[in-house]
Formats: sequence, structure tokens, C-alpha cells
Amino acid sequence: MLFTSYAFLGFVAVLFLLYYIVPRRWQWGLLLGASYLFYALAGTEYLAYILVTTVTVYYTALRIERNADRQTGYLKEHKNELTKEEKKAYKDRQKSIRLRWILAGLLLNLGILAVVKYTNFAIANLNGLLHAFGKGESRQLSFLDLALPLGISFYTFQALGYLIDVYRGTVRAQRNFFRFALFVSFFPQLVQGPISRFGDLSQTLYAEHAFDKKTFSFGLQRILWGYFKKLVIADRMLVGVNALIGDPEAYQGAWVLVGMFFYACELYADFTGGIDITIGIAQTLGITLQENFERPFFSRSLKEYWRRWHITMGTWFRDYIFYPISVCKFMQKFNKACRRYLGEAVGKRLPVYLSSFVVWFATGIWHGASWNFIVWGLGNWAVLMVSETLEPLYDRFHQRFGAGGKAYRLFEVVRTFLLVSALRTFDCYRSVPVTFRMFGTLFTARNWNILWDGSLLGLGLSLLDYGILAVGVLMLVSVSLLQRHGSVRERIFAKPYPLRFVLWYGLFLTVLLMGAYGVGYDASQFIYNQF
Amino acid sequence: MEILQDLHPDVDFETEEHLVDDKILDSFDIVSLIAEINDNFDIAITAKDILPENFNSAQALYELIRRLEEEA
Amino acid sequence: MSENERNAGYIKDVENAKNKRYKSLLRGIVSALIVLVSLYLLQRLLVPKYVDDVVEGAFIAEYYGEEKDFDVIFIGDCEVYENFSPAMLWEQYGINSYIRGSAQQYIWQSYYLLEDTLRYETPDVVVFNVLSLQYDKAQREAYNRMTLEGMEWSAAKVKSILASMREEENFLDYVFPILRYHTRWSGLSGTDLEYMFDTKPVSHNGYYMRVDVKAAQDVPQGRILADYSFGEKAWDYLDRMRELCAKEGIELVLIKAPSLYPYWYPEWEEQVEEYAFAHGLRYINFLELGEETGIDYATDTYDGGLHMNLSGAEKLSAYFGSMLSEELGVPDRRKETELSSRWEEKLAAYEAEKQEQYRYYGMQP
Repeated sequence: MLFTSYAFLGFVAVLFLLYYIVPRRWQWGLLLGASYLFYALAGTEYLAYILVTTVTVYYTALRIERNADRQTGYLKEHKNELTKEEKKAYKDRQKSIRLRWILAGLLLNLGILAVVKYTNFAIANLNGLLHAFGKGESRQLSFLDLALPLGISFYTFQALGYLIDVYRGTVRAQRNFFRFALFVSFFPQLVQGPISRFGDLSQTLYAEHAFDKKTFSFGLQRILWGYFKKLVIADRMLVGVNALIGDPEAYQGAWVLVGMFFYACELYADFTGGIDITIGIAQTLGITLQENFERPFFSRSLKEYWRRWHITMGTWFRDYIFYPISVCKFMQKFNKACRRYLGEAVGKRLPVYLSSFVVWFATGIWHGASWNFIVWGLGNWAVLMVSETLEPLYDRFHQRFGAGGKAYRLFEVVRTFLLVSALRTFDCYRSVPVTFRMFGTLFTARNWNILWDGSLLGLGLSLLDYGILAVGVLMLVSVSLLQRHGSVRERIFAKPYPLRFVLWYGLFLTVLLMGAYGVGYDASQFIYNQF
Repeated sequence: MEILQDLHPDVDFETEEHLVDDKILDSFDIVSLIAEINDNFDIAITAKDILPENFNSAQALYELIRRLEEEA
Repeated sequence: MSENERNAGYIKDVENAKNKRYKSLLRGIVSALIVLVSLYLLQRLLVPKYVDDVVEGAFIAEYYGEEKDFDVIFIGDCEVYENFSPAMLWEQYGINSYIRGSAQQYIWQSYYLLEDTLRYETPDVVVFNVLSLQYDKAQREAYNRMTLEGMEWSAAKVKSILASMREEENFLDYVFPILRYHTRWSGLSGTDLEYMFDTKPVSHNGYYMRVDVKAAQDVPQGRILADYSFGEKAWDYLDRMRELCAKEGIELVLIKAPSLYPYWYPEWEEQVEEYAFAHGLRYINFLELGEETGIDYATDTYDGGLHMNLSGAEKLSAYFGSMLSEELGVPDRRKETELSSRWEEKLAAYEAEKQEQYRYYGMQP
């Protein structure tokens, strides 16, 4: 069920109605039912996957917590009988039991994810290797026909985050299996995140929610805004994007820049729009989800951008991969060794660079099982590391030339936007060699005239479409600018009713009339032919 | 304190109480900080201790170190 | 504060709260009204009107404005609505007939149009053109629209939509056509405003008149098909049509109009003949009756043999009319005064359009 299908709207509408009719203590149960219905509608064969993850993580977390509790109890009870060494030995023993449990949980679930998501990628690479070593076609392995369960990357990460939190003792394990199942499967965020933390989401997910008109209408408004981004901007722009990447040979040189810009806008509108719908739905249900974006295109550096784009994924990688790797015993030793042999300046950096390499590799491959995503991830890593290394140089430069004025900040924002978009082309063309070749044509094609000679109209977008896109993008930018000073919805809420009504109904009509949905009306197909 | 000052000479660590929340310390800073502290105090700050409330101020950090020293 | 004063204050509060609730209720109702009315108007504005260019889209709906006591009902695709002239049938034989035809009408749509028609009347004879047996699923969404949109809401319409929808289509789009036509705002014309609530007659009892001539030449042979047998769904609906007619005491007549193209394969002919024979149905293939009807493909078609023009349709009607009245006993109703006066008006409009078209095409009648 796509967010942009009538079925989904109907599903959500019925849910809203039931949610506020049933006794409040049933609300979370209703959500669980709705989430599993949502999941089953995507394909009943996927239910097994999410159930396995739910059951194993639920059970592992309980085992780990029980062990930790027993340890605390035992130590308290025998506080005076045990020597310090005995205590330490006991603690280590218990810890290794917990470690074994969590490793089992992590490996099993990451294993499932790896198998369904990366098997064919691995086979393709293996085949490539076999081919390279002259083993010919006879030894080629065939691909497996594995369907990727809906949202598996997201719910797996969310569940494993919980497991690690329980292991670290930062949250208490959820004892009620069904409540935990809801945490893993909560349907609005199943498709594309945000990746919630148990500590955050559990505060509102299970609570009883009375109908609150303001919260409810704010949620609806956010949903509407999400649909505006998705249907009016992203899906319209997609026509152009598809035309450009569908035929890289025909669209070279300046077209690459056009594609870069289109794709950046399309992805932004699509992804943030989807998240708006997700968070909006949760809000209408009285549930608070973590924000996933903070006006990322206003970032002044790539580093800042990654703190503001897909935030819940970034922090997940940081908290559960980057930190553990960076501060683990091996890294600490490595750190010391580096500093001793390579000097303070380089030695301090090397370990961090190494662990962020792992993170960016993981980020890349998490986005998709192919080399272009890995190159994209590592490209981000390379840029980040270079700018990190050169930071002292920048600082000096800024000080000497007094950079820091508005114009310079704007330059930084534009530079970051271009950098992000350029890196994204790996994700866009889905092939590393093609991406490099296309970038090459930027310098050789010399077809800048396409930008004004009307060629842009050949992408399947009419002048009117460009007009709508221009106004739409302008609206996105203005709303983002306004957001810097607080909630836009709150501000509109403070206005008199007729004005509010006109604004929101106007937005609704815009989506209704200008949204790129449904069977396109093409008057030409009504021209009488033959029958 | 010295370690902190080394990382960001321009920040007043005596008074700042939202080092992480206000994004003064980023993840790289935190990691190098931990490396230094672990080295100097002979304790082991692990990933589970990396919570904003432990790194938001010099005071909080000091308390974390003391707690870990006791446990060790 | 005295007891009275306190009570007065309390009452005032209650009244204030009441007023506030009243006000917000009023606000809600007014907003909802604005939304509903404006959406309705928008929808009326955006749906295609089918009055000027593609008039075929308006045929199905025109039926509902008629006095429904027809003796003969035609159902089928363009091979009925371009090839038979009810006006001619009336003039010559006093047969009161109507064509429920639409562009590329699929057989299940014909069946449900029959069901729909039976909600109002039970004719003596139903004539169905067999060309659409070749389709087992809808070919184009646009044609679905032109047949289905004009129907008034009934169980038959719902079933017809469900049977017709292509994968990319959605039932909701039929319930709220604004969803389907939402992008038409950029192509609106004066016609859309003029005929927002109104419509004008575009057919003559379902007949689409063309007077111009384009002789048939070099009619292409049908390309070879992998499989000539009609699909299961098509047969199923033909069965249902036959059974429904039998149940209602209606004589079902199968015809194949004399259009040279789309090609009518001998293999198809064979299957229809067999079916008609097996079930005792009358089947007339006009392609084989060139001599009897007098169709001349040099003068009687306006698009090189695909469809008849007025001359062709009138020849065909003259022939078929005599068969209807003589062999099937369809009554001559010219003596009914009310009906006659209705037809008089219709014939006048028929004549007027004829003249208008002759003028338009620069022809001598």
C-alpha cells in the first residue's frame, strides 16, 4: 500500500475513526492490529520475517535484562562476603553471558537482513571475480529469487537499537510481547523510517490518547504538506529525472547538471514529504515521532548536512556503530600505537578515520546492495575526512579574510548543496562507471545552450509543469526559511479562522488539482480511431 | 579540562553546560576526548557511557570519570 | 458576591460556553458546505463534456432523457451507432428504437447496459453487434470512461465498472471523476463552462450521423492471429445476455455490421454461426448481404469502409427495418399520436443536422 494510494488514505481514515471510538486502553492494540494488517497487505509471505525479528529480539532482550538484574541482586546480597577480585570475576562472567546473548540476537537478525538484501549482490560480485579469473561462463552462479520484505532495513535497525539499549542498560526491556511487536511494526514508519528509539517512542506509543482537536488538525496539516511535496513536486519532477537517467547517452554535459538539480529536489521533496506524512499520521494518533530532517539544504558543510538529513539514521550509525568501534579496546590500543609512531597530529586522527570509514561503508551498503551506493558512501567519507583534516587551514583562511558574512554563508550553503547533489549522482545513475563518464562529459559536451533553447521542454514536462515546480520549490524554500523562527503551523493557527481555512483548503485544492496522480488525462487519446 | 581546552580553544568549558545538545562537541571530538581520558585516567569509557548527559559539561564528565574509577 | 449574582455569573458562563460551541458548530457546517459545494462545482467544470469534438462520450447518458418505451434496443460498439438510423426505422416502418452504443463497447459493458435498460423498460428485440466478442479485457481506459461515465448509478453500473477496470484504474475515480480529470484545468475551454450543468443532444436516438464520403479502397487483410477463439469472459457474457433476454421474453438478434475493417475473420464467423445455431438465435452478417442491402463502398462510407455514412446507414436500416417488422413482428406505432409528435420533433432535428452537415462538407444532398 503506497502512501499515495486511495487504499492507504482509506485505511488511515478508518483507523483514525476507530482509534478515537474504541476504549482508550485498546488504542495501542488497535495500532498493532492495523500495523500487521498493513504489513499483511504488502504480502503475507513477509510476515514471517518481521515476526522472527520481533520474537528473537524480544526474547534476547529479556534474557539480557534478567541476567543484569540477577547480577545486581547477587552483588547486593553478597556485598560483604565477596572480595573485590571475586566480584570482578563474577561480573565478567555474567557480562560474557550477556555478550553471547546479544551477539546471537545481532547476528541472527543482521544475518537475515544480509541474506535477503545482499545475497544477489554477493553472487554478482562472485560471478564477476570468477569471470575475471577466466573461469568462464560455465561456473557462473545463478541468482536467488528472494523478495525483500517491506521495510526490513528499518524495522531491523529499530529492533536492534532497542536490543543494544537494553544491553547497555539505557532502557528497560518491554515485558509485554504485543507492545514490543507494535514498537517494531508501527506502520507509518515501517516503509521509510524514521528509525525510532525505544526510549523515545515508548513514551507516547502505548499511552491512552484523548482526541485533541489541535493536535489532530496539526497532524492532518502535516500530512497535507507531505502530500504536497510528494505529489505536486516530487512525482512531477520524477518525470524529468526518469527521462534524464533513463538515457544517459542522450543526456550528457549540461544535462548532468540539470539531472543533479532535479534529482536533489525530487529526492528531498519525496523523502521529506513521506516523513511528513509519517510523522503527521503519528501526530493525529497522539504519538510523537523523532524528526528526521532539519532543513538539510541550509547546511554550511557536508558534516552539518549529515547531522540534518535523515537524522535518525545518522544517529543510529553513530551510536551503534561509530562509537562502539571508536572506543573499543582494540581501537584504544590502535590509537595509542598510532600516536606513538606517527606523532600526535596524525595518530589522533587515523583511528577515527578508520571507524568512520566503516560507518560510511555501512551507510552506503545500507542504502542499497550495489557498488554505486558503496562508492557514494565512501565518497561522502572522503569529503568529510578531507575537510576534517583541512579544518585548521580553513580556520586560518576564514580569520585572515574575515569570511563569515552573509554572502559567504550563502556561498557555503550553495557549495554544500552542489557537493551533496554531485555525490548523489552515484545513487542516481546506479552505476559507478556511468557516473564518472557522465561527469566527464560536463567538460566535453559543451551543450550549455540546452538550458535556454527549449530542450528542457523535451523531458516530458511542459512549461506549465516547470511553472508549478518553480512555485513549489519556492514554497518549500520559503517555508523552510520561516521554520527557522518556529513552527509555521502554530503561526497559521494564530490567524483568524477564515484565513486559516483559505490557506489549508487552498493547499488541499493545489494537491488535488496539481498532484501528479491517477490515470493521466490525455485528451489526445480520445481522438477517434477505428472503433 | 586541559584536554577539552585543547579540542576547542574558543569555548569556555567552565560555564558551558550543553556541550552536546548545542553541538559544540561533535562525534569526532567525543571520540578523541574518550581516547585521551581513557589514556590519562586508566579507565574505560565505553559506548554505553556516551550519553549527552555525561558529556554536556565539564562537571558531568568529571563525575563520569569518578564513577568509572570507583567501579574499576 | 450574593447568591443571585453568583448564579447570574454562572448562567452567563454557561451561555458563553453554549455560544462558543454554537459558533464553532456553525463554523464547521459553513466550512463543510463551502468545501462540498466548491468541489462539486470544480468537478462539474473539469469533467469532459463531449459536446463538440468527441461526442461519442455523451451517447450513453442521452438515453436517460428519453420516454423509455422502445421496441428495439441496439447494444454494441460503433458498428451499431454509426450504421443504423432509428429515424429511418421510424419513418419507414414506424419502429420505435434506440441505440445504446458507445465507442469500443466491450461485451460485458453491453450486457450491463442491457441490465440497466431493463430497469426502465423491456423491449421486444435487442440487437447486439458481435465484433466486441474479440475482446476479453478492456483495451483502453479512455473507452471505458466513455461507456461507463454516462450510465446512471445502479448495481449494473457498479458491476460494469468492476468488470471493465484496467490495472491502472481505480473505482474511486468513477465515483469522483474529479480525481480522474483533475489535471484538465490547464486545458479548459468555454465549452466546459457553457455545458457545466447543461448538455445538448449530440445523437439521434443514439445514432451518430456523418454525411461525408470517403470511398473504401485497398482494405487491408487481417493479420494472422495466434488464436482465433474468443475468450472465456466474452463467451460468458454472451451466455448471460442470451439468458437474460430469454428470461425477459426478449428476442436477441446477433448482427455483424458491414464494416470492412476491423477485419472479421472467417474463424470468428464460424464460432458465432455455431453459437447462434446451437441456441436458436437469429444471426445476420451484413458483410455477406451486400447485394440485398445495396451497400456501395464507394459512396456509403465516410472513412474508407470502417463506418457507414448517412447513406449507408439509411440503406442498412431500410433493409433491417423490413426484417424487424416482417419477420420479428415489431409493431408499426405511427398511429400513436403522442409518440408520433415526439418523433416529428426528432425528425426535424435529424433533417436539420443533415442539411447542416451537407453545408459543412460542401455537398449537394
